[in-house]
Amino acid sequence: MHYIGIDIGSTAAKVSVFSDDKLIENFTMPTGWSSVETSKTIKERLEKQNIKIEDSKVVATGYGRISVPYADKTITEITCHGRGTHYLLGADCTVIDIGGQDTKIITLENGKVSNFTMNDKCAAGTGRFLELMANTLGVSIDELGEMALLGEDVNITSMCTVFAESEVISLIGSGTKRESIARGIVNSITGRVYALLHKHGATDTIFLTGGLCEVKPFVTLLSEKLQNEVKTNDLARYAGSIGAALLAKNI
Amino acid sequence: MRPLIMEEVEALRGVNSVKIKEAHEAGKKVVGMYCVFSPSEIALAADAISVTLCGTTQGPIEDAEKELPRNLCPLIKSSYGFAITDKCPYFYFSDILLAETTCDGKKKMYELMGKIKPMHIMNLPQTADDEDSLELWKKEMVKFKNFLEEKLGVEITDDKLRDAIKLMNRERDAMKRLHKLNAHKPAPLSGMDMMLAQWLKGFNVDKEAGINLIERLIDEVEERMEKGIYAFDEKAPRILLTGCPIGSGSEKVLKALEEAGASVVALENCTGYKGLDVMVDENKDPITALAEKYLSTPCSCMTNNNGRLELIGRLAKEYDVDGVVDLTWQACHTYNIESFTVKKFVQEELNLPFIQIETDYSDSDTGQVKVRVEAFLETIEKPVMAN
Ligand code: SF4
Ligand code: SF4
Repeated sequence: MHYIGIDIGSTAAKVSVFSDDKLIENFTMPTGWSSVETSKTIKERLEKQNIKIEDSKVVATGYGRISVPYADKTITEITCHGRGTHYLLGADCTVIDIGGQDTKIITLENGKVSNFTMNDKCAAGTGRFLELMANTLGVSIDELGEMALLGEDVNITSMCTVFAESEVISLIGSGTKRESIARGIVNSITGRVYALLHKHGATDTIFLTGGLCEVKPFVTLLSEKLQNEVKTNDLARYAGSIGAALLAKNI
Repeated sequence: MRPLIMEEVEALRGVNSVKIKEAHEAGKKVVGMYCVFSPSEIALAADAISVTLCGTTQGPIEDAEKELPRNLCPLIKSSYGFAITDKCPYFYFSDILLAETTCDGKKKMYELMGKIKPMHIMNLPQTADDEDSLELWKKEMVKFKNFLEEKLGVEITDDKLRDAIKLMNRERDAMKRLHKLNAHKPAPLSGMDMMLAQWLKGFNVDKEAGINLIERLIDEVEERMEKGIYAFDEKAPRILLTGCPIGSGSEKVLKALEEAGASVVALENCTGYKGLDVMVDENKDPITALAEKYLSTPCSCMTNNNGRLELIGRLAKEYDVDGVVDLTWQACHTYNIESFTVKKFVQEELNLPFIQIETDYSDSDTGQVKVRVEAFLETIEKPVMAN
């Protein structure tokens, strides 16, 4: 029996497949303009690998979860991330998930979500903010991370992406080192996460999920800011889809 | 399936807007009020009609923003918007406005609104924990009474006050009995219907008829309970909703909760139970009795506001709830800051799941609110994962 978890976020769709208790497959693709199209492509790709949707249990999560017509159930990304993280880490922790649209802090107790906090509706402190700022600097998110490690602290005071962008542009104009601007951009996210985390209340172990966990310099700077080593994992960006697949077993 | 009488209740808004016009034309005076601290008894004793004018819809906000800052609580903007656009018949027919110095936003907005119609402002003390506060609030009651007597050319005798107190206590009692029906498991009324019934009472031109309608609703609900007809089944998680006031048009969080399968059994907010909890003492001197009752309102404008925690704790037990949702309107500093205290209390003292949801009247964040609400319900043991 296959258990499939599909996590359609605002920028990327993540898919995880269990064959009974074994995690056999993880892949990701851009969400593109239509979640419905994306879910079709996912189905085709799975079927090429001889994973039949009809004979499987499917749980969809993420903001595009309602656009997966063949899902047996939809569950929110909070519950799925919690479940997936517990699988990856094997222990309770505080999960930080920096998503494209929103940042979430999730507390796990006995492997289950006991409490969570989400940022409000603006893009401050989210992956989207980082992406837009990287574009303004003309670099990729990975490059931005590398640059940030070499820079000095500068202040980007605006939380709003539009104003932060003009701040970045004027910093470029005034000849501030690009590395320091990159550092300022990362600081603005880690600072936001710091506040969100402490208002929420953090446990000792902190685990980062979402696309940014693959940007090592970001993990380093976040650990510095939180004064706590932020754990992550090669599969951490799949925490949501892995959790969804695991929850599919309960259907 | 909802009780049949709910349709009559729902029709009240329209019915009452016609009635208020008729009453106004017949020479009756109307006092428009904005807050649970407003002593409607004094207006009734002056033989006037008292109505609630608090804005609960997005509609007039755009107009309000021509004069008010955008980052202001939607309730204040909506109230002001209704005042300047003539879109609310109740505002239109109000002869006098009664305002209180509650939160900063309302206070300053009233300065602008007071230019539109005659307005009386009652100076609310910042705390209820102090003897001096009660003295001050008593004096404010008297000032309001004098103001009405002069404006409306009437005499407000103690006897009239006592009658008004009795009438309002009866209304409170009926509303309270209605609210308490939902302490039953499962709840016989949806939170949406409960909110509507309580919110609409604020527009009742004829109080007696309003009380009668609620009593008939109670009868019908009790009959249904005997037959085993409920709004939700046993499995639906039971939620206590607290925080900022809500009404028709600003019910989106309540709605999202019930659409996701929860049963909102207790509404602690102003538009729900908050104002019903304490009755006015019918045996005391009326002004003292009124001052004591209204000062006891556990609103976040008061400091300290421990009464709110006490009330939440009591309702959580009585209604046997599975979780507490604290609604904050964007830019409402008092409720927003207080949420931190409420969260600690609910999680640590009551050992219940808690979530704060901050939003406004618009539907720009419907998706996000839905995720928060559904995820919150998923953390509550019972299996209500939306499909
Ligand atoms: S929340 Fe406070 S200020 Fe607002 S209506 Fe209720 S009692 Fe009045
Ligand atoms: S909701 Fe908050 S900000 Fe708005 S009027 Fe009431 S107390 Fe004031």
